[in-house]
Amino acid sequence: MATEMSTTQANTTALAQATSPLYRRRLRTNRINLILSMAAMAFGMAFLLWILIVLFGKGFAALSPTLFTQMTPPPGSEGGLANAIFGSVVIVAAATFISTPIGILAGIYLAEFGKDGWVARVTRFINDILLSAPSIVIGLFVYTVYVAPVQHFSGWAGSVALALIAVPVVVRTTENMLHLVPVSLREAAVALGAPMWKVILMVTLRAVRGGVITGILLAVARVSGETAPLLFTALNNQFWSGNMNAPMANLPVVIFQFAMSPYEDWKALAWAAALLITLTVLVLNILARTLFHQSSTR
Amino acid sequence: MSNHAASASFPGSMSTDRPSREQREPQPPARRGSAGRWQDALFENTTRFFALLVLATLAGILLALLVTAWPALQKFGAAFFFTNVWNPVKSDFGGLAPIYGTLVTSFIALLIGVPVSFGIALFLTEMCPAPLKRPLGTAVELLAAIPSIIYGMWGLFVFAPLFGDYIQPLLTATVGKLPVVGALFQGAPNGIGILTAGIILSVMIIPFVASVMRDVFEIVPPVLKESAYGIGATTWEVVWNIVLPYTKVGVIGGIMLGLGRALGETMAVTFVIGNAYKISAGLFEPGNSIASALANEFNEAADPVHRASLIALGLVLFVLTFIVLALARMLIAQLAKGEGKRT
Repeated sequence: MATEMSTTQANTTALAQATSPLYRRRLRTNRINLILSMAAMAFGMAFLLWILIVLFGKGFAALSPTLFTQMTPPPGSEGGLANAIFGSVVIVAAATFISTPIGILAGIYLAEFGKDGWVARVTRFINDILLSAPSIVIGLFVYTVYVAPVQHFSGWAGSVALALIAVPVVVRTTENMLHLVPVSLREAAVALGAPMWKVILMVTLRAVRGGVITGILLAVARVSGETAPLLFTALNNQFWSGNMNAPMANLPVVIFQFAMSPYEDWKALAWAAALLITLTVLVLNILARTLFHQSSTR
Repeated sequence: MSNHAASASFPGSMSTDRPSREQREPQPPARRGSAGRWQDALFENTTRFFALLVLATLAGILLALLVTAWPALQKFGAAFFFTNVWNPVKSDFGGLAPIYGTLVTSFIALLIGVPVSFGIALFLTEMCPAPLKRPLGTAVELLAAIPSIIYGMWGLFVFAPLFGDYIQPLLTATVGKLPVVGALFQGAPNGIGILTAGIILSVMIIPFVASVMRDVFEIVPPVLKESAYGIGATTWEVVWNIVLPYTKVGVIGGIMLGLGRALGETMAVTFVIGNAYKISAGLFEPGNSIASALANEFNEAADPVHRASLIALGLVLFVLTFIVLALARMLIAQLAKGEGKRT
């Protein structure tokens, strides 16, 4: 193969000297472009490392035990992030509880009942679009249909907005996973006399449990860093609040407000919050990947 | 399989149906009784309800935004999209500046992001040593997992100062001297503005575009590539003349997907774009995008017309991304279908 020769320096020079100018030009073009391709890869990795190094440096410097025990402070005084961490966990958990059943059931419909019918085809298409719809528009939507009528921001509104973002992710992975189940498995269950709903819930869905959980984890990872939809829905709260019907503190909005502020204390807290969120998201992502890898190799 | 619930009935089952109906073709599933049948019907309809709910979400978003944006659209008409005024005091609004900012930053993002993504996809599919393939592919995807607000903070506190101190003066001194494009690279090098936003967006869309490209490159039948290598083509020639033409549609789909992301990206842009309602020739000048205008102003907008105008901008953004993403999905689907036929 010409490429393998061109990769080893000795062969290339020998060949290049021995052959026509045309061939030498082709080898040169090849080498230049492959080097550019490697440079592109290095460019991408450099940015990833750069962001992570900055984040870890500034984040760990601001990390302290008081983050988890004290509330977000007014400007110029000491404080932590306890209320925001609690709020984020509650809002994301509620969003997961709302989106998981909806996503799994809609995914089941697409894979098991709808198949190639027009309802399923249109839903699949729309779902794929919602998968990358701008999250700020989702926030705007929840604002107009929920926050504006009830006249106040609330944790529930934030959860609904995040759930709307999570549902398409769960639908997509559930459907893809169900397609992997061999038809013979379904037929075997049906032949034993099981009704369709039992076949799907107890046989098909169970067979791809790992994959579906992966989808849910990815959805959680996706929404836990989302800021834009929470700005118009959950807003923020300076105090500890477990009331989902009132504005609720959450890490992304705290980062937004604190990072844009002129106070150094606030900026340091924003970096600590950014580190917490990124670590959560990356851990969830890696967890989802290893889980999926395990369940697909088993 | 969707009509089992309504029709199936087996001899010997506890069905209430009369045996005289058995002549019809045997149906695969055995029903234990009418209980099983209505449970199945209930289950199917429940799942269908949730599928339709997903469908209704999209219609709901469009409708809700249209209704709430109506006061602004009614007051300013089509001129809203073509005039550049943003005056909350006089309650006079025209969204050209944020629309322009959104389009220009996304264009810059594609200009930088697409070649880099192509390089990454090429590296991962053709050059990468096998043991590194998975870790490097995962690393690129992790770049997509980092929340956008982190990009925003990093852009504002780390990238923008460096960019303003070193890169912008360099650009002004070099490409800024060129006749036509030079005007783009003039202005105060303060690190914040349209160009910075575009560059950060490009880093954010690289993982999306690169992973679509990698996936479509991998569906090229090996026999095609091997034939080309067999007649002595170099790696680059194989990629440029065989792989790329074969996957053209999918690659364009991936680029559109990246564009859809770039158009709607909020937090990263809000931090670095400068938030000024103006349209300037220079890319170093601050500007505004639809998403950042919404993030900055929506909660402070007390005037109903101001609020409706912002929602109208949101509607523009949604329609724009809808069109781009729909095209992207159709192109990718078309490639997948073609592949099914050919193999």
